[in-house]
Amino acid sequence: MTAAVVGRRRRTRPARVVLQVFLIVMAIGWLFPIAWAVYNSLRDYDFTSAHGYFSFGGFTLKNYVNAWAEGDFGRTFYNSAVITVPSVVLTLLLSASAAYVLARFSFKFNLTLLGLFTAANLLPQQALLVPLFRLFVNIEVPYSISDSGTLYDTYYAVIAVNVAFQTGFCTFVLSNYMKTIPKELTEAALVDGAGAFRQFWQVVLPLCRPALAALATLEITWVYNDFFWAVAFMRTGSKFPVTSSLQNLKGQFFTDYNLLSAGSVIVAIPTLVIFLLLQRHLRAGLTLGATKG
Amino acid sequence: MADVMTRPEHVATEKRRVPRSTHARIWSKWDKLIVVLMITIPTVIVVALVWFPAVSTVILSFTDWNGIGNIGDMNFVGGQNYVDVTTNYPPFGPAMQHNLIWLVVFFFGPTLLGIFLAALLDRELRGGRIYQSIFFLPVVLSLALVGFIWELIYSRDQGLLNNLFHANVDWFGDPNINLWAVLVASGWRQTGYIMLLYLAGLKSVDPALREAAAVDGAGEVRTFLQVIWPVMRPVNIVILVITVIESLRAFDIVWVINKGRNGLELISTLVTQNVIGEASRVGFGSALATIMIAISTVFITIYLIQVMREQK
Amino acid sequence: MMSPRSFGTGGVPVIGRRALLQGMLGAGALAGLTACGGGSGGSGDQVTLGSNWSDPVPKKAIAQVMSGFTSPGVKINTIDHNSFQENINNYLQGGPDDVFGWFAGYRMQFFAEQGLVGDVSDVWKTIGSGFSDALKQQSTGKDGKQYFVPLYYYPWAVFYRKSVFTEKGYTIPKTLDEFTALAQKMQTDGLAPLAFADQEGWPAMGTFDYLNLRINGYDFHRELMAGEKPWTGTEVKTVFDTWRGLLPYHQADSLGRTWQEAAQSLQKKEAGMMLLGLFLGQQFPDADRSDLDFFPFPEIDSNIGSDVVEAPIDGFMMSKRPRNEDGAKKLLEYIGSAKAEDTYLKSDPNNIGTHNDADTSGYTDLQKKAQQLVSGAKSISQFLDRDTRPDFASTVMIPSLQEFIKNPNDVDGLLKKIEDQKKSIFK
Repeated sequence: MTAAVVGRRRRTRPARVVLQVFLIVMAIGWLFPIAWAVYNSLRDYDFTSAHGYFSFGGFTLKNYVNAWAEGDFGRTFYNSAVITVPSVVLTLLLSASAAYVLARFSFKFNLTLLGLFTAANLLPQQALLVPLFRLFVNIEVPYSISDSGTLYDTYYAVIAVNVAFQTGFCTFVLSNYMKTIPKELTEAALVDGAGAFRQFWQVVLPLCRPALAALATLEITWVYNDFFWAVAFMRTGSKFPVTSSLQNLKGQFFTDYNLLSAGSVIVAIPTLVIFLLLQRHLRAGLTLGATKG
Repeated sequence: MADVMTRPEHVATEKRRVPRSTHARIWSKWDKLIVVLMITIPTVIVVALVWFPAVSTVILSFTDWNGIGNIGDMNFVGGQNYVDVTTNYPPFGPAMQHNLIWLVVFFFGPTLLGIFLAALLDRELRGGRIYQSIFFLPVVLSLALVGFIWELIYSRDQGLLNNLFHANVDWFGDPNINLWAVLVASGWRQTGYIMLLYLAGLKSVDPALREAAAVDGAGEVRTFLQVIWPVMRPVNIVILVITVIESLRAFDIVWVINKGRNGLELISTLVTQNVIGEASRVGFGSALATIMIAISTVFITIYLIQVMREQK
Repeated sequence: MMSPRSFGTGGVPVIGRRALLQGMLGAGALAGLTACGGGSGGSGDQVTLGSNWSDPVPKKAIAQVMSGFTSPGVKINTIDHNSFQENINNYLQGGPDDVFGWFAGYRMQFFAEQGLVGDVSDVWKTIGSGFSDALKQQSTGKDGKQYFVPLYYYPWAVFYRKSVFTEKGYTIPKTLDEFTALAQKMQTDGLAPLAFADQEGWPAMGTFDYLNLRINGYDFHRELMAGEKPWTGTEVKTVFDTWRGLLPYHQADSLGRTWQEAAQSLQKKEAGMMLLGLFLGQQFPDADRSDLDFFPFPEIDSNIGSDVVEAPIDGFMMSKRPRNEDGAKKLLEYIGSAKAEDTYLKSDPNNIGTHNDADTSGYTDLQKKAQQLVSGAKSISQFLDRDTRPDFASTVMIPSLQEFIKNPNDVDGLLKKIEDQKKSIFK
């Protein structure tokens, strides 16, 4: 048997080598565009405009310093946090609630509601801009809440829209996941005298931790990278999120592409950090909406 | 797995202790209210902020409103906008073609490549995690950033490709090739997303199936095609639908390059050009958006039918 | 079937319920605080100003200008120019700042017609003497009232490098024939005669405008832009036929090139001339800027001459219902003064002031020449996308001009398509 095992191993080794080589080549090809942008972000614009981009030299960290200042990143990162954190938290809370009801209780409109939620995330943003704008402009709120007297130009509007759009996808994923939790567990909680909400909060949600973490990563990425809603529903430049900082770096008449690269790298860092931190959760979580083995 | 779940003792004795009618007694009025709220609040938010505007858009597509002023001032023009879109709007035909090309390329490119990479990485491999991270990395970057990266590569005068190969290829300006150039950039991102979805699905396939196939002497390829692929049916459907929807919604990269013109027309860019900015052709743009919604709805329905079948 | 528990393995950090709850409360508080306190309204009597001068140089210049207006103060709300332009409809209808920056021309008249901007005719009673008639005309809406106060403008002309012309012995062309001859000479000398780029779609409008102005005159151009003249007529056809004759001298592959890259090819002495606005200077490093010069677009029809200049004007408007109307009007009066313009131009030398008394002593040679060109103009046009309906310009003209550049031989078909779409837009 040992001989057979050894034989098998020897047979697969060249295949393994080919596999590794293939993957290394692919990985390099994948990384290359990003590496190129980062490389150029470390170079001075005057140098590259004189010698072209396909050259070596002119290294500097100035682009990062300038990008930070010109893009006003300190303020825009804060703005992005104000939009992203409540959006993600609310989305997860609302979709977990809806998913719980859809997964645990069968009632007449169960499938319709599921369809409602799922399809909501698949509609295009641009198509809904004008009616949403009209809606927000016509909802009057006191001046103490909003500077413009309406929901337009408030973070509330932007957060509400993000939540509405992302709840669909999360509800679908979570409802599928919750269906895989055996009923015996929740019924045990019932026997202990737990009401519906406690059952949800203390039994079901903790079991969904991996899915929640995975969705949190995805949602943070998507909401953070969205540059459409915030700019459409707010008019005060100092409230815009980080994606508009990049627009600031793109001059009206003159774009320093190296500076822009530096700004892009700065923008990408938070998402990269979150991704790396929760990578394991992510892989575990995405499947939960789909496979049932 | 079943063993883990039923380990708590009181569950084993549940049948003896708790008669069926206990269930009805346990749900108090307060409980019922909470449950109703838990489903109603999300539903209200989604209906109000997504479906209500969607229906409004469809209604607006039958008017000639310019986006300014009172809703009472607009005129209903029936299907005139749709007639204009299909007969009096040169970018429309190319846009539909391009979205279709996008779909086909995405399907045979990033989707298949993503599945392939997932299958390759679904094993104990040195550096497997690193490869996964690298392929997934573009997904995490914003699409605007991806657009900038590829402009650095594709620019005719200053881009990397032309400087490296001493060529003068007009990657972005030649309408015969710019769509393909953009598809490479977009596929670069899409592949990682598909790969991850598929990999996650693969990880949850029952290993017993694989062992059985190995015992039968099946090679890797046959195992995949005949054993794993059928079992992954729900994931396959999800990926197909995601591919379709992402092809329909394709927008960011193209917009960043040249706002979707000259060979890069897409339905979403046409909608945006007409509705956003000073354009003010809201009725016309809504007609384009409605067409987009209609096409999406077809695929969403197919998707939901699959979900329904799965649940049964 | 997979066990939920199996996903929790591997020692991964766990999001506790308590942490989740705390996160929610914290986030809610954060959003509430920011929404309340981070408002953009001016404190007390301040006048609010919406500015799309987001690039570092103009931003500083505007800040300098506004610091000269002290009673009441100005609170500047800067939005990046792209986002500002793209969301202008929302901005104007959602309660804009008291005063905001915009452009003269049809765009301005369009908003005035829709009732989105305030009438500033009484401001013009005070400042009107400082501006030429052409400028006043560009600031006036269709109803005869003024809605706009100019700050600066910049002409479009044919730019070249003096050193290249002296070295190769070129002379400035005054007519189309001389222009064509010069282009041919440049070709034999190995230069691309006309640097040209149209990836963004708008640079080519400059060429169309000047050809139309020189062949058919200012009045026809204005009426064509207003949708009152047909595109399928012989006048417009002649414009495109003439352009087709000049296309061989334009840089190839223009649709994949940005105008910045084209300007850089002029700077690198790979191209001989470029039709662009005064902002072209920004692409030249300081050392080379004194080598830059321009000549007006040559005359084509001697009856029409070449005294029409295309010079887009940037300035300010007042919103329809400003919170501080008196302050807003005072601010506009200040902006319409020579002093404000001088302050601006000191920090941003790429434009020229509109005021008659603007201090030209600090101007570069190029600015002085530009100022002479524009002040000697009988009429000023604003550039195609400011002279006509914005939806027509962006959804019809941009793709059509790009189509022409790709395929200059089917002019009849192209013009018919433009005319059909125009009819459905200009109802």
